[in-house]
Amino acid sequence: MIHVEDLTKYYGDLCAVDHINFDIRKGEILGLLGPNGAGKTTTLRMLTGYLRPTSGTIRVKDYTIEEHSLEIKKLLGYLPEAAPLYHDMLVYDYLDYVANMRELERNRKLSRIRDMAELCGLNEVMHQPIGELSKGYRQRVGLAHAMMSDPEILVLDEPTLGLDPNQIVEIRDIIRQIGSEKTIIFSTHILSEAEATCDRIVIIHRGKIVADSSTESLKQSASGECLINISLKNARVKSVEKALGSIDGILDLVHRVDQEGILQVSLTCRPPIDLREEIYQAIKRTKWVLLEFRQEAKTLENVFRELTSEQGELE
Amino acid sequence: MKQAIHIFGKEFRTYFVSPIAYIVISIFLLVTGWFFFMTFFLFDQADLRNFFALLPIIFSFVVPAITMRLFSEELNVGSYEILLTMPVTIRQVVLGKFLASLVFVAAMLVPTLAYPISVAFLGELDWGPVIGGYIGALLFGASFSAIGLFASSLTRNQIIAFITGMAICFSLTLLDKMLFFLPQVLLGFLQYLGADFHFRNISKGILDSRDILYFLSVSFVALYGTHLALQEKS
Repeated sequence: MIHVEDLTKYYGDLCAVDHINFDIRKGEILGLLGPNGAGKTTTLRMLTGYLRPTSGTIRVKDYTIEEHSLEIKKLLGYLPEAAPLYHDMLVYDYLDYVANMRELERNRKLSRIRDMAELCGLNEVMHQPIGELSKGYRQRVGLAHAMMSDPEILVLDEPTLGLDPNQIVEIRDIIRQIGSEKTIIFSTHILSEAEATCDRIVIIHRGKIVADSSTESLKQSASGECLINISLKNARVKSVEKALGSIDGILDLVHRVDQEGILQVSLTCRPPIDLREEIYQAIKRTKWVLLEFRQEAKTLENVFRELTSEQGELE
Repeated sequence: MKQAIHIFGKEFRTYFVSPIAYIVISIFLLVTGWFFFMTFFLFDQADLRNFFALLPIIFSFVVPAITMRLFSEELNVGSYEILLTMPVTIRQVVLGKFLASLVFVAAMLVPTLAYPISVAFLGELDWGPVIGGYIGALLFGASFSAIGLFASSLTRNQIIAFITGMAICFSLTLLDKMLFFLPQVLLGFLQYLGADFHFRNISKGILDSRDILYFLSVSFVALYGTHLALQEKS
């Protein structure tokens, strides 16, 4: 459906998106994940034809963005970040305007406006100026705008940004509802959101793709390992390495001394073997003071942090 | 083309939804009415020459005030992104917004038709220069709208857009009045560039193709500049 090849965007000297490649299949919900400033919005803006790529191509169906940007725009519905709408217009007037711009003929226009108002819960605010709406409602108007022409592809840039938890759930439900028949790409920096709604997750960091796999396999690769974090006082690095490193089943040992001179150790191990008892016994034999002892499953969040943190979380 | 008309409709309606339209029109009518009738009875002549003589200066600050929000506001709010990701070309966007401001200028001139009508009651009014004057005013409004639109496409700040537009419009209006310092060689050329010079011809009732061509080419150049400025943004 969508094929992105070697897509690059420079703002002056700053490289926002750096030779990224990915494909989106028909009917897929793709989550574009990444920390702030990773290049998510830039990527989406190029996809929707708002920005011209510095190099690389985007192909939607049989169209390329350089030659057929108008055709591609007709296939796409786009909700920009924070739904920047015309504040002076009434909701109804705005939807009417969008429908006209999308060249819907009269009867279809009326029925689409009615359907969208129903789906996005806009019926009570139809005759209010957009500028007076709450953020959640504005986001819904934006969503109605994006879906007005019943496009095959929906591009949503941080659709839940700045909403309260109830509204987030509502918007997510709407996305999932329409996602059953449409191709959807949305960006977010909230992991649980991507986990809950996406079929596939692409993580970008500093303009590069650092992970691209289905949500399931990403979760599996994450849940394969677990971390045990220990804080020790009066311990020397060498002896800790000696005492704990010799335990069977520990895959990795990382340590760091914090400002108060306390040694923070994290051990990676693979379930189902539970090493906590052995580690406790090993520590008990020494004179170290154990301040903290905590086991955590490696979640998607850890994977995300590992892939996108500047110098690795623990080094 | 349809899209340009929808954009025109939306922009034109937005003028009248917000108070801008009413404020601008009232100020325009107040200023023209006052300056025109202040001296009208002293001259004791039934013509609108003074009204049309005033128009270029007044347009120089009223028209940029009309156009200042057309792109600056969209760039500032971010709705420009929404606009451009709908199936439109930049050309249609520019055309639609230009039409909106031109029709607004026309709408602003409509109430001033009361002047020639009331003058016609007072004496023998020669309608030729009046009709010429209104055609000229529309052409004049078109080129200043295009210039204002250009200024608006340069910045996301409406005040800067207004001042830039006003500066360009004022220079064009006053250009042929400041020429006495300059050498004879440049005179004809610079005079030709002055907007007021061409407008004076038309408002005498002489429809010369050179004057019409001047206004059309100023509009075209400014609209093309707008197009380039917007293209540069993506």
